[in-house]
Amino acid sequence: MMATAATDVALLQDVTQFIYREARLQDEHRYEDWEALWADDGVYWVPANGEGTDPDLEMSILYDNRSRIGLRVRQLMTGRRYSQMPKSELRRLVSNIEILETGSDSVTVGCNALIYESNYKGETLWASRNQYVLRRVAGDFRMALKKVVFVNNATPLYNMAFLV
Amino acid sequence: MQSHVSARRSVSADKGIDWGDLIREDRVHGALYTDPAIFEIELERIWRRTWVYVGHESEVPKPFDYVMKSIGPEPVIMSRGRDGEIILLHNRCPHRGNHVCVSQKGTARSFTCPYHGWTFNADGGMRGMPFPAGYDKVDRSTLGLGRVARVASYKGFVFASLAAAGPSLDEHLGAAKDALDAVCANSPSGEVELTCGFLKHKVKANWKFVVENETDGYHPGFVHSSIFQVSGSRITELYGDASQSLARYLGNGHTEIDLRPEFRKRGEPLSWFGTTAARLPQYVSQMNEAYGEEKAREIMIDGVPHIMIYPNLFIAEIQVFSIQPLAVDETVQHVTALQFKGAPEINRRLRQQTMGSVGPAGFLLADDAVMYEGTQIGVGLSNPEWLFIGRGRHRERLDEQGFLVGNATDETTTRGIWRHYRSLVEAA
Repeated sequence: MMATAATDVALLQDVTQFIYREARLQDEHRYEDWEALWADDGVYWVPANGEGTDPDLEMSILYDNRSRIGLRVRQLMTGRRYSQMPKSELRRLVSNIEILETGSDSVTVGCNALIYESNYKGETLWASRNQYVLRRVAGDFRMALKKVVFVNNATPLYNMAFLV
Repeated sequence: MQSHVSARRSVSADKGIDWGDLIREDRVHGALYTDPAIFEIELERIWRRTWVYVGHESEVPKPFDYVMKSIGPEPVIMSRGRDGEIILLHNRCPHRGNHVCVSQKGTARSFTCPYHGWTFNADGGMRGMPFPAGYDKVDRSTLGLGRVARVASYKGFVFASLAAAGPSLDEHLGAAKDALDAVCANSPSGEVELTCGFLKHKVKANWKFVVENETDGYHPGFVHSSIFQVSGSRITELYGDASQSLARYLGNGHTEIDLRPEFRKRGEPLSWFGTTAARLPQYVSQMNEAYGEEKAREIMIDGVPHIMIYPNLFIAEIQVFSIQPLAVDETVQHVTALQFKGAPEINRRLRQQTMGSVGPAGFLLADDAVMYEGTQIGVGLSNPEWLFIGRGRHRERLDEQGFLVGNATDETTTRGIWRHYRSLVEAA
């Protein structure tokens, strides 16, 4: 019992540190460092109109396979991704981190996020429920899935060209 | 002009507006995008009067299906009646004004107001009110939900006019019907569907900036250079100085960028879609079967038009936008992927490419959005007061059908939009 509890605490701590690191890289627009957190088959999904049903059939705000994640990063790095010029000033809080499922080589994590964005339009708050599937790779994690469900994703939304 | 809080149906604020002073052939005044009183006049004389695109019949496939749509800022319920007819209802209880529907879509044989329980049939007719003895001698036939005055469809695209009288949809669409025919011809069944839900992308800008941008062939090479560069897209060729594409004014405010001259030069089926016949074998064989090889090849070379049907339906090759004004400086673009009925292979690719391109995080549209927002801020500044829309005036000409055309990057489209706008707002 004690050993299991200790393992759980250690896993939660590792997961939490990974998610905090991802949040910081996003806030600071460190695009390539952020891209390196992805597994080779990673899927980055931001549904529209609720929790999301089948992203292959329904429109999502963002539904990137690994190659499209790379394209997104390369576009941001051209210096002509005008929706991020100037870049949004960002800080996000990630909280309520829970391990939902532990598999042999991956762990499913749920959490809440609140992003504060400041740009020429003023200040915007973005609240979301996030889900990760993190795969264990060489003593670290890689994101196999990141799903971001904004609470207001059924309403009209302003640009979100920064990394969410 | 004084700031203006109007009763919705009585606009008097334009006394003294000299539209010809604000709208000239090669320039327009910034106040047209920023003045709330002018926005009120537009709602009255454009959005509540002309034909406005509302939705597509495929969004309500079965009797009693409904989906929430809008005409300008005003929500309407688009539903399918018992006999398959399309019905547009105002979402407003005739009793005390509360909404009778809060879901975005569903299936319902009736709508009930949550306030006092009044119930309405799917066609809006009064079904019942609780404690009916209190309404003795009241004529129930006058207490149904409001029905939109005129509803008409063309090829499944549903349009509405809040005005009981005026030009027919046929007259309003005019030459734009050919474009809608061409859209549908790209489907092997001859029909298109909008079945995969909408992204709603909001911008802090006047709706006219969005409309004008849709057929502005001058901007893509600049605004979208980042994604064209990293994706190796050939779209820049279509909108370059040497492009043989045409900017065309079709009348009634409708405009298009006709990319066919460039696609015909390439002569490669599906080049318009950034792909090849070899990658969509099932679609190509469906098209050959439907139209015969020669005709199918022509259709697949020409592709889907790039047309802005005034004031709010924009079809951009692979996607369909509905433009909704919310306020003088706030606009929503509702956007979804075009789907060809019965063509799953190409539909999948249409969805994937649309999702990448549009919406708040889209590779293309997020960058358009900041241009709208930048121009909105700019027209509020004081010097100069005007926008210059004179590009290509000296080389404008009539094409063989008698439409005004300019080079791909010319503002022939923008000038046409403004001429039509002036005719609408000047009509008392």
